[in-house]
Amino acid sequence: MAVTQSKKASVLADLDAVRSMIRRHKFNDLVFAGIGLIALMIGLLTLLTLFVDLVMDGYPRFNLQFFSDFPSRRAGSAGLLSAWVGSILVMAVTFLSAVPVGVAAGLYLEEYAPKNWFSDLIEINVSNLAGVPSIIYGLLALGLFVYGLDLGQSILTAGLTLGLLILPTVIVSTREAIRGIPVAIREAAYAVGATKWQVVSDHVVKYSQGGILTGVIIGMSRAIGETAPIITIGALTFIAFLPPAPVTDVAPFLNFEWLNSAFTVLPIQMFNWLSRPDHAFHINAAATGAIIILVTLLMNGTAIYLRYKIRKNIKW
Amino acid sequence: MVNTSTPIKAESKDLNFYYSNGHQALKSVSMPIYENKITALIGPSGCGKSTFLRCFNRMHDLYPGNKYEGQIIMHPDNTNILADGVDPIEVRMRISMVFQKPNPFPKTIFENVAYGLRVRDEKNNRVVADKVEEALKGASLWNEVKDRLNDLAFNLSGGQQQRLCIARALATDPEIMLFDEPTSALDPIATANIEELMNELRGKLTILVVTHNMQQAARISDCTAYMYLGEMMEYGDTDTIFTRPVRKETEDYITGKFG
Repeated sequence: MAVTQSKKASVLADLDAVRSMIRRHKFNDLVFAGIGLIALMIGLLTLLTLFVDLVMDGYPRFNLQFFSDFPSRRAGSAGLLSAWVGSILVMAVTFLSAVPVGVAAGLYLEEYAPKNWFSDLIEINVSNLAGVPSIIYGLLALGLFVYGLDLGQSILTAGLTLGLLILPTVIVSTREAIRGIPVAIREAAYAVGATKWQVVSDHVVKYSQGGILTGVIIGMSRAIGETAPIITIGALTFIAFLPPAPVTDVAPFLNFEWLNSAFTVLPIQMFNWLSRPDHAFHINAAATGAIIILVTLLMNGTAIYLRYKIRKNIKW
Repeated sequence: MVNTSTPIKAESKDLNFYYSNGHQALKSVSMPIYENKITALIGPSGCGKSTFLRCFNRMHDLYPGNKYEGQIIMHPDNTNILADGVDPIEVRMRISMVFQKPNPFPKTIFENVAYGLRVRDEKNNRVVADKVEEALKGASLWNEVKDRLNDLAFNLSGGQQQRLCIARALATDPEIMLFDEPTSALDPIATANIEELMNELRGKLTILVVTHNMQQAARISDCTAYMYLGEMMEYGDTDTIFTRPVRKETEDYITGKFG
């Protein structure tokens, strides 16, 4: 190649060589895009196949009766009524116990706790708790709630157990949401004379709502499918009655008897049907599985939507 | 022009400041802040001018390990606002601040300006509304926003947001207002608006402004302090500092030989 004076000239001098080099380099783009797409599909297609398979297996049971019938000895007339009602009530207890405790703990750790080795230790432990196998929570709950506090094998016990289970998720997502608030906004609030609590309640909590809510819903969508800890605390698998209604027609219109009621939940019902030898029950299990996945997808979808909606008005 | 009869609003006396990493950012800074005058703090990056400014509303207290030595005396009550017994929140109730980048809250225009009154437990909505209007007028923003006070502050342009922050700082009737490079994130037109606004506030309010822009200091301030490496190098009438600086270093900085 001739020695040229300027770079421009050198590209022009051997245009074909430069072009084939760019083509070679661009080929790498194509290779990685392909690998990435395959990696994505492995996850996505597996889940989709599973879901479609469950829907096809469970298809005969997708009717209103399936939701309005109690479990039964005959697969054809067995339904999910006690399971979905149980799931909703347990989730209500989980939400009401995990959210206030988790958000308060996250706020304290991020805003109030002094930063030293002890708070570092707590931080590491909270993150670790998120990785503890759920059956361990079940054992803890069996000892603490069922026997220690004598709450029995009740909706309250199950709700509190799952509340403990998702507590680390709520704490971590609260802290991350809080950390996303710029220092400049805090300083602006402090500069007009706000106290720490005014900064937290007027600003920090409000602007981190989206992130906190996302964490809560993701935690709840994990909790709704949990089976191991619920089995450990002794959920029954055959419940042919509903817990007492939370709302009554006589004053004070609220009834907390349901908290002490025996219960079952969707994944337990599914597990029970799956473990029977009669294939007809497996259809019920498949239908339940599809419903659990659908509910989980819906909850995660809601989380994404809420985050988008709340973040829309906040630009930083 | 200031002279010996100009009343003094605040006075820094042998002020040393240490960041939590041990770095001494201010070295024995002493200077008076004249009442109802605009005082500009100039100097190269890292000279301590912003650090000095943030001592006046105890902003450094928000971060653990920072340490003040010396005094900032407020007049007429002769309170040393850096004293241990003085609550930083009380200091911030008297001295307000406008930051480098506009930092409105993700709330409505009205609530942004009203926030200082809310933390002062002002419950009377009539009073709040009047104060907000007055502050927005004082910040030359009223005509632009009077029909959309319930819009989100983020919908305003950058320059309008900064004037909103000025309104927020004005609404609480501060004794001193601190400006930390208030125009460095703005375009020239918005900068001109802010400077005009500061000129209107001149004579009504004691203002301390940090600026990177020497022409700005010359345009808007009554007094100028030149700081370098944490020390107060020269302080006096803006006219004098810019035309007949006493020290060679000041002249070099002002004429652009370094900085």
